[in-house]
Amino acid sequence: MATTEEIRADLAEIVEEVAGVDADQVQLDKSFVDDLDVDSLSMVEVVVAAEEKFDVKIPDDEVKNLKTVGDAVAFIERAQG
Amino acid sequence: MPTPATSINPPSGSPNATLLGIGAYRPSRLIPNAEIVEAIDSSDEWIQQRSGIKTRRWATAEETVQSMSVAAAREAIADAGIEVEQVDAVVVATVSHMLQTPAIATAIAHELGTNRPAAFDISAACAGFCHGVALASDMVRGGSAKHVLVIGVEKLSDLTDVGDRGTAFIFSDGAGAVIVGPSDEAGIGPVVWGSDGEQYDLIRQREDWRDVLEQEDPRMPHLVMQGNPVFRWAAFEMAKVAQTTLDRSGITADDLDVFVPHQANMRIIDAMARSMKLPERVRIGRDVADQGNSSAASIPLALHRMIQEGDAKSGDTALLIAFGAGLAYAAQVVKVP
Repeated sequence: MATTEEIRADLAEIVEEVAGVDADQVQLDKSFVDDLDVDSLSMVEVVVAAEEKFDVKIPDDEVKNLKTVGDAVAFIERAQG
Repeated sequence: MPTPATSINPPSGSPNATLLGIGAYRPSRLIPNAEIVEAIDSSDEWIQQRSGIKTRRWATAEETVQSMSVAAAREAIADAGIEVEQVDAVVVATVSHMLQTPAIATAIAHELGTNRPAAFDISAACAGFCHGVALASDMVRGGSAKHVLVIGVEKLSDLTDVGDRGTAFIFSDGAGAVIVGPSDEAGIGPVVWGSDGEQYDLIRQREDWRDVLEQEDPRMPHLVMQGNPVFRWAAFEMAKVAQTTLDRSGITADDLDVFVPHQANMRIIDAMARSMKLPERVRIGRDVADQGNSSAASIPLALHRMIQEGDAKSGDTALLIAFGAGLAYAAQVVKVP
């Protein structure tokens, strides 16, 4: 089972690919919209890629609750566990 | 002795169909983002980032669904090198014809001077044009018609709430037309089409007309849309449909020259191209940046522009994919006329 840091690192790679944000910036306390400038359409792309990468389902109405990188990582951990 | 069963003639058409010609009409009013941002408390920068749109075309009162269609049709007929009397079916894809009945197709057919052909409207929203091309191909191959005029036309400015942050900057007006006719080789591949009625409310006219009349202060039931779920469906589910469409035509992305997706939003176009892993050399229609989202007109307008600008050459292999309210979608591989 992946550690929190492993999930964060994989997610950071996805965010970098989708939105061009430097992976190092994608830390648990960062807000997607406010800190990383990842808008809601890019979030959709991130979520679809994350579903594939982590083999989880992230429904549309859940996405708006994933405000920070930490929220997303925690969701993936719960979904995998 | 029992009487022999009556046999009837089966329909019989041409083995193959293709796009013979294309025409377009873009309305005269070019509206930049700066003109619309105040009403929605937004900015040129936000609109471009969110959708890639810089300007959109809106019709004047004189530029009607009928007049725009007739103009585009005349160019398509001339481009196809046929006489107007040879058009034996007129199929109009639109959601902007504001009468329940009659269809606008018969008025268009009459104004063009055609010889009283079959004429009807189809309602498949942004997927309408590709539905029309699929029907036309089947009609020509099945023998129901020889030269089908397919028009995608919209006057969405009539249906747009200029105060709605979600949609005011998106929708636009225009008409595109093609002539589908017989050919020696397949110029239109098998259609891949379908629907998802569970998402019926994702993009729609806000209210039924009868409910509008019940209102104290009746207002136009504008188009409303839930942007994020639509983006997800369009960018990802439709990328899978695109791949299936290539498979059914027996080609791969390496054989493709041109990609003309419905011009909904530049972010969708980019996400689809990424998802499909389209080779860099495939030319992609991006007319939405200047024209806006003209629903059923968007694909023929985009293709017409690519031909005019040399991005698409006669005989090129192109993938058309349209998707939108319904939800509904249709896609096919075609040879550029």
